Amino acid sequence: MKNPPSRPKFGGAGLSGGFSLMRGDRAAQLVPQARLAGPMPWVIAIMVALTVIAAAGGLALNNLAQNARSELSGGATVQIVEALPQERDRQARAALALLAEHPAVASVRRVPDAELERLLEPWLGVGADKEAVPIPALIDLQMRTEATEAQLDSMRRLLADQAPAARIDAQSAWLGPVFSAISSLQWLALALVILLGLTSAAAVWLAARSALGTNRNTIEVVHLLGGTDSQIAQIFQRSVGFDATLGGTVGLALGLVAVLVLGQQFVGLDSGMVAGGGLTWINWLMLAVIPIAGVIIAMLTARLTVTGALRRML
Amino acid sequence: MSKRVGETITFDNVGLRYGTDREVLSDVSFTLYPGSFYFLTGASGAGKTSLLKLLYLAQRPSRGVISMFGTDVITLPRSRLPAFRRRLGVVFQDFRLIPHLSAFDNVALPLRVSGVREADLRKHVTDMLEWVGLAHRTDARPATLSGGEQQRVAIARAVIGRPDMLVADEPTGNVDPEMALKLLRLFEALNRLGTTVVVATHDVHLLKKVPDSLIMRLDKGRLSDPTGALRYPPQRQVTDRDDNAQLGQDGGEF
Ligand SMILES: Nc1ncnc2c1ncn2[C@@H]1O[C@H](COP(=O)(O)OP(=O)(O)OP(=O)(O)O)[C@@H](O)[C@H]1O
Ligand SMILES: [Mg+2]
Repeated sequence: MKNPPSRPKFGGAGLSGGFSLMRGDRAAQLVPQARLAGPMPWVIAIMVALTVIAAAGGLALNNLAQNARSELSGGATVQIVEALPQERDRQARAALALLAEHPAVASVRRVPDAELERLLEPWLGVGADKEAVPIPALIDLQMRTEATEAQLDSMRRLLADQAPAARIDAQSAWLGPVFSAISSLQWLALALVILLGLTSAAAVWLAARSALGTNRNTIEVVHLLGGTDSQIAQIFQRSVGFDATLGGTVGLALGLVAVLVLGQQFVGLDSGMVAGGGLTWINWLMLAVIPIAGVIIAMLTARLTVTGALRRML
Repeated sequence: MSKRVGETITFDNVGLRYGTDREVLSDVSFTLYPGSFYFLTGASGAGKTSLLKLLYLAQRPSRGVISMFGTDVITLPRSRLPAFRRRLGVVFQDFRLIPHLSAFDNVALPLRVSGVREADLRKHVTDMLEWVGLAHRTDARPATLSGGEQQRVAIARAVIGRPDMLVADEPTGNVDPEMALKLLRLFEALNRLGTTVVVATHDVHLLKKVPDSLIMRLDKGRLSDPTGALRYPPQRQVTDRDDNAQLGQDGGEF
């Protein structure tokens, strides 16, 4: 009778040696990739795309709010509310002269009547009767620092004699509601990002579990042949990581296209309000981190699911 | 001799119950000496598979002590069990081949788990498949193999790593008598090199085919050991086998 084939040289499969041998690349060769269920990469792609869009929205709002704040915080507006044109004009000149001397003021400018009329045209119509609808004179103030209520008060006292019809407001005051609306939207975007992240993690977790179910036999056999938990977990981690990378890349691409298209639309608006709502390169990097985080979450859940199931075996 | 005694596998008053049912195994005590050849027999449902599951560390007993190669495996932390499993070869009653792997990859699995390099294992796996008569089916998936062919792949996978102990559950159930005998010769050859072999079988004809084998008979979960030979096996026989293995009567090349 022919002898059975000889024994291969073990790298040390004995009690002590066999353990640390299998690391990294070798584990993947044990069994071909146990792929996630079919639609999984697409689900991940959609979740990543939505997260990217929500995050981009939140970041753009943040930039917009910050730009607006720094532009407006040092600004104040003086209105001369006086019906008589000559008196209005006199008070405006007096106020202009007085304010230019004030130590807290960086620059002061009378908004020309022509500019005012252009601003008000949509509301009042072309060539509106100026006498019928008295338009206040407007003075733009730029302060050296953020306008404080104390500074505004000191200006009010300064103007009280010469220009009693003057009303001074910090620009940020009337923009307050806008800022709080923006800030609510930012919170909303943040909440969306968190919810989408949690949903993605849950989807990946379920997918990893079902992959585990369909491969239970394989897992048990490798386990009984002396496979360590981390060897077996690695098989899964890799395939889940592969699918998540695929989905994440597609999702990032979809999300970025959507963000770019939306960004173009806002540039088209070209309103003073929206200026500064663009994304910085750091923001773009932050968006690119989203799919990476997705892949890490996917691999981590896969690992935890598999090791959890293995722990229930002897 | 003393070192070899430490390498034995010992069951001491082992009991097993699944869930809250009655005990499937009760008061099972025996010692498997290295290099011995055991048949495990008993009626269907007597608990053969259950006993083997304890042996290949797939199941914890409900009570009793099991020590393997000189170590109490009941109290051993989980993380140390894979190293023990790698010293065992198992032929499962239902084969448990991995369906999406070829015959070659199924047989190579234990070597890959143990970290044998691809270059080193290729020839061994091919030789082993040739030896069980499956050289032409190397790339076949288990589903495309006959029952007997699957069984031979399962056996090849169990012996490829030349384990310290081979546990086989009805390994000849699906093959013709001629192939059964051939597989038994494979187990014997492995046994001559010092591997302890435990074969569970219904087939009483098989028992006679291995002259020096010891017989463990299970009856409703109890091991009958009227002479006490299973608890305290005659030392002489073990020594004989040990010597045979060292003499290398097959030219030392397994
Ligand atoms: N996982 C399980 N859960 C509950 N009961 C089980 C389980 N496995 C086996 N049993 C029971 O344990 C008893 C012994 O089963 P076992 O498979 O060990 O018998 P066996 O001797 O191998 O039989 P056969 O010769 O038919 O393979 C049987 O009564 C069986 O119903
Ligand atoms: Mg059985």
